[in-house]
Amino acid sequence: MGVELTTTRLEDAAKWAKQSTLDRATNWGRKFSLFTYPFVTACCGMEFMSVAGPKYDIARFGAEFPRFSPRQSDLLMIVGTITEKQGPALRRVFDQMAEPKWVIAFGVCASTGGFYQNYHAMPGADQVIPVDVYIPGCPPRPEQVLDALIMMMDRIQAGRGHSQLREKREQLLAQAAQTAQTNE
Amino acid sequence: MSSKVLDALKAVHGGAIDSLETQHGDAIAWIKRDHLLAVATWLKNDPAMAFDAPVFVTCIDRLDWKPQDVPPGPQVYPATAGWSDDGTKARFEVVYQLRSTTHRYRLRLKCAVPEHDARVPSLAMLWPAFNWQERETYDMYGIQFEGHPDLRRIYLYEEFVGYPLRKDYPKEQRQPLVRRDDLPINPIKSPAAGHGGHR
Repeated sequence: MGVELTTTRLEDAAKWAKQSTLDRATNWGRKFSLFTYPFVTACCGMEFMSVAGPKYDIARFGAEFPRFSPRQSDLLMIVGTITEKQGPALRRVFDQMAEPKWVIAFGVCASTGGFYQNYHAMPGADQVIPVDVYIPGCPPRPEQVLDALIMMMDRIQAGRGHSQLREKREQLLAQAAQTAQTNE
Repeated sequence: MSSKVLDALKAVHGGAIDSLETQHGDAIAWIKRDHLLAVATWLKNDPAMAFDAPVFVTCIDRLDWKPQDVPPGPQVYPATAGWSDDGTKARFEVVYQLRSTTHRYRLRLKCAVPEHDARVPSLAMLWPAFNWQERETYDMYGIQFEGHPDLRRIYLYEEFVGYPLRKDYPKEQRQPLVRRDDLPINPIKSPAAGHGGHR
């Protein structure tokens, strides 16, 4: 399936050309084996089950295997409302995930707080952790979720996920420090 | 006012009653705060009453009610209860809804509680099901339930300041426990920047 995607999409090929072969291969492997950690807090969970079930079948995109340990997963799906009280728990789950890791905010509550404009609801999970892709909808249609997953995969392939960019940034900083040292 | 419960209540605990009313067929008794525990004990233990099923306890914040808001004419709402003689109001109403499964009675007890002295006797010892509900009422309105076995916040976190369901609590004032470091406005790092209108 991956081969078809690479050969049929020209813009993909253009993005890939900028990467080294190793990066290209690594990211290709990453994007087709996303292990999901479903952080399910609210009614969007029903829609998540629908996507994960056989009818819409997220397994077609290689993300079918929910791991209920953050240490074994690399895609955090925040499914539902995040309250202020849950903030530390969410941060902790995210911190426990191994790098590189990606985050999808599933539904409008996880993206912006939704209609909970009050004292207890966090205005979007991105107040606590960096989010890569936001899915609107209350709850989102399964097609939207799959679309978001494909966007996420594109982003992983291009190396533009938050954790990938951070890694790259840290590498560049280390390189700069090293060159500065050698120049002295 | 032709409720058997209200009549019995008036006969036995006449001195404890602020006022009595019925609303949509539900009997409501305004009880003086100091007598609430005695009345509730009697309601539970007297075989003719036998209120064995606690339904809910909650609170109403009447911050926006003024004496002149009480409509003239026959009292649909108890104009006397909740208001002291000098025209100042008791801000909160603590509401207990009770039910007797043996006699099929329903009764709502209301208790006027002023803001500066927001306390009420706890009924959690009589009906253990009220334990968590009184904690919730304390959590949201800050009513002190005297004699409650374990009165602390039940939904919100310990760090939360204030009582969010009071009408003078700013609707969107969040009290975040954790925020990202790279936010444009980080309410934890700069509380002065305000969590009030922030997003």
